[in-house]
Order: sequence, then structure tokens, then C-alpha cells
Amino acid sequence: MTLTICIGSSCHLKGSKQVAKTFERLISEHNLKDQINFYATFCMGNCQNGISTSLDGVVYSVTPETAEAFFEKEVLSRIGK
Amino acid sequence: MRKFDTRVQHIKYKVLREVARAEWKDQLAESTLSIPKIISPGPESTMRCCVYKERAIVGERIRLAMGGDRENPNSIEVIGIACDECPTSGYAVTEICRGCLAHRCADVCPKGAITFDDRLHQAIIDKTKCVNCGMCAKACPYTAIVNRKRPCENACKVGAIKAAPTGEAQIDNNKCISCGACSYQCPFGAISDKSYIVDVIKLLKNPANKVYAVVAPAIGSQFSYAKLGQVVSGIKALGFHTVVEAALGADIVAWDETDELLEKGFLTSSCCPAFVEYIDKFFPQMKEHVSHNPSPMVAMGKYIKSNEPDSKVVFIGPCTAKKIEFIKEKNSPYVDGVLTFEELQALFDSRDLEVSAMEEDVLDNASFYGRIFARSGGLSEAVVQALKEKGREDVQVNASVCSGIEECRIALLKASKGIGNANFIEGMACINGCINGAGCLTHGEKNKAEVDKYGREALEKTISDALSILK
Repeated sequence: MTLTICIGSSCHLKGSKQVAKTFERLISEHNLKDQINFYATFCMGNCQNGISTSLDGVVYSVTPETAEAFFEKEVLSRIGK
Repeated sequence: MRKFDTRVQHIKYKVLREVARAEWKDQLAESTLSIPKIISPGPESTMRCCVYKERAIVGERIRLAMGGDRENPNSIEVIGIACDECPTSGYAVTEICRGCLAHRCADVCPKGAITFDDRLHQAIIDKTKCVNCGMCAKACPYTAIVNRKRPCENACKVGAIKAAPTGEAQIDNNKCISCGACSYQCPFGAISDKSYIVDVIKLLKNPANKVYAVVAPAIGSQFSYAKLGQVVSGIKALGFHTVVEAALGADIVAWDETDELLEKGFLTSSCCPAFVEYIDKFFPQMKEHVSHNPSPMVAMGKYIKSNEPDSKVVFIGPCTAKKIEFIKEKNSPYVDGVLTFEELQALFDSRDLEVSAMEEDVLDNASFYGRIFARSGGLSEAVVQALKEKGREDVQVNASVCSGIEECRIALLKASKGIGNANFIEGMACINGCINGAGCLTHGEKNKAEVDKYGREALEKTISDALSILK
């Protein structure tokens, strides 16, 4: 599974770093380092609705507040945890 | 709105703009004959002896706009027919000489080259003795002694440009560091950097390409007629996927270079390609001390391509030497093209983009310290900051901040002989740093303040905060 977080200027200013930290923490807590290819990218073309994150190519919008819920709902459910 | 410093820049820009226009329409080949008439419509000449010569020179500018001589590894080329073959006679006494009594000129001459004529008592310089040191010119209270030196030779502090036997300027590639000082200074526009603007348009025209624009922090002092966010919108409107700051690459470099300094104890910077070229050609014994870190441009290219290997990276900055850096074998996998700010302006206008009327986008990836790399002293400040952030304030950085290649020469000379206590040489080939690069639209006194202001606007205040996102 590939999970990316947008660190382009627009998302960066909206707090994508906090989202990235949350994802990193959750990946580590759930021991998913081998299953999730997580990296940052500049711009997903979704600046108006950022913070953008993408899961196997599908773009979603999150905020620092919703990041954990997103991870549990979208990421963990797909992995079957 | 005034966008350039000189008319020479403006002519070069007009040619680049027309070449770009033609390339967007896939009509470049047939346009090479019509563009000279657009630039010099005639029937009267406005710049040269006749309109035909003007058009012939425009033809040469088109050749450079299309990449110039690809066999020539240098990014700077002479347009022979545009060279005015200025006098090269060196120091000469003018009619302003009053035949005074003081004879300060003769007193300061270290070679005894100055005598006086019997009748008017005016100074005469014996050219067989004169070494062109300029002491006499400085000493004369009437400023009666002038240096008849070519502006290109005056601008070139590494002695790489000379008059060929035919009189035209000629660049010695064994000495040239591609800083572009001569091209900015030549009042006839006879020296120019060659352009990759056509290659970049080709990249942008292919819809399969995801092209990143990596912009140098010197942009903070450029495009003063618009807001930076509008310039970002303009770059995206050209077809770039997005715009990122080379300054984030500078944050990476500052962080890693500090580790290298701690390990090696003495280091020179490696972000200015003209400075690195200078060491290569004039101080080969110092090569081992050049930081092994890539430049901020290459560091960003590496980062972008590590995640997206198929993407394309175009650097946009003030620098003509970046054009020799990116084609080097070790860098070419990471950077696909280099444009100057002059060329970016030509690109905007080739698409009739009214940048100052566009909506404001944002540009914020780097820290204050990454952004101030654009001006002399910034890199050294960043290294001091990185040491602080690494908890190594016990280490003293004795930075030798070199603004311009002459200061670089002195610092390298001292270091190569073990004189002085500098443990870090920050070398910038352009005086005041990148904000004075040959590819800048404008070269002003306010540029440093503008870049510092742009630096302070960064969201991230420390280098480690800016980098934490990349891990």
C-alpha cells in the first residue's frame, strides 16, 4: 500500500507536517512499516481542498485533527486491522 | 513597468520571447528567418550601422536562444559580429591633464613609467614599462588618467576573456567559470549565456511529463512588479506541475554540510557552481576541501526524483553557471533544465501571461536559513544555526565569507598557504551572492533586504523544522 502526504506549499501552510507526524506515529504504533510505503510529495493538484493525502493513487483531504480518524477508517480497514 | 536594468537585456529578452512563442506553436524552424525582422523592423537602423547588421546579430541571438553551440561545454558564448572591439590600450592620459606641478601620478608609479612632455608638461605613460596597476589614475586629482579597458575584461576577474587577434572578444574555456559577469557588463550585448528555453518548452508541451519548477531563493528580490504568489501562479500557468523552493535544498545542504565540517575540520562551500569551477581551474590543490554535498538545486532534484523517478525538474534562478552544473554527468540525472529569471520573464510573455493580474498562489517549503542562501553570508549563518540546532555550539565557525570571485581568490590563496584561522570558506562568484547573478532581471541595492524579508516570511523558523517534513 502506498500512502503519500502532500508537502507542497499550500498543504505545508495548512499543517501537512502535523498530519505526516500523525501518520508516522500510527504506522509505527501498528507496526506497519513493511506494509505501507509512506512518503511525501509536492502537490497533488488538490490545493483548494488540502491537506491532500493519497492512498494507492486516490486523493483524500484531511486536516491535522482528522488525520488519525482517516488513518483508522481508510488505512487500517484496508489492511484488515 | 520597468523589468530590466539595461536595453541589452531587453533585446535579449525580446529574442527569447519570440523564440519561445514560435516553439509553443511548433513553428520555430520557419520563424528563425522572420524573428530578426520583428526585432529590427527597419527601414532605418536604431542600434548598429545598418538594419542588415542588426538582423544578422538577432540571428546570432536566436542561435543562442536555441541552445547555442552544443559542442561548446561553456554556457557563455561571444557573438563575434556584435562585439564592438572596444579599445584595449589600458591606462592612458587624456586631454584633461593640466600639466600640473604636483606630479602625483609619477610619484606613485611603481615602474617609473611616467614622464612629462617639455612644452605642455602633460604626463606621458611609457607603455613598455606600464603594468596597468592603476595607481596613477587613482592619484590624479583631475581624474585625467583613464583605463581604456574593455568592459568584458574589466568584469572578468579570472582573466578568461581577451581580444582575439581579429579584435573580437574571445573566451578561454580553460579559465572561464561561466559566472556571466561579462555578459551582464558588455554594453553591446556581444556576450550571452545560451538558453535551454526551447528544451524546457518541449518538456512542458508533452502532457505525459510532470515538470517541477525549482526556484532559487533570489526570486525574493526579483519580479518586483508582481507579488511572489502571482509569479508562482504564472509558473504553474506555463504548465509546470508545481513550484518548490530550491531553498529547501539549501536547508538540506546546510544541515549535511555542517556534519561534513564537523568531520573534516575545514571545508569550502559547493553551492555556487562558478566558485567550484574556479577552484577546479585555479586552485586544484584545494579541490579535496570542497564540500561533497550537492548544490541546493541538485539536492532538490534528487529528493523529487527519489519519490517520482519519472518526473522532470527545471531549475529557475539568477545563475548562468547552473547551466554548466546541471549538464555534468553526476548532476544530469536529477535536473532536466535550467532557466534564468530573464528567461522566465520571456516565457511569461511568450504566453501573454499578465502575471501582475493573476491570483496569488503560495510558495513555502524552506526555512529562513535556506532562503538567505541567496545572499552573501547566508550560507555561513545557516551553518552556525545548524550547529546550534545540533547542540554543537562548542564548535567555533570561523567563516570566511567571500562576496565575489576576487574575495574568493584571496581566501583560497590564504587557506592554501595555511594562513589565517578560517575553517569554512563560503564562496560566491557574484558580488553579494546570487541576488546579483547575471541572469537576474534587476540588480539593485535593495535586493539583500528583499531576500531577508522573504526569508522572514517562511513558516519554518529553523532548519530542522523545515527538514523534519522530508524524513
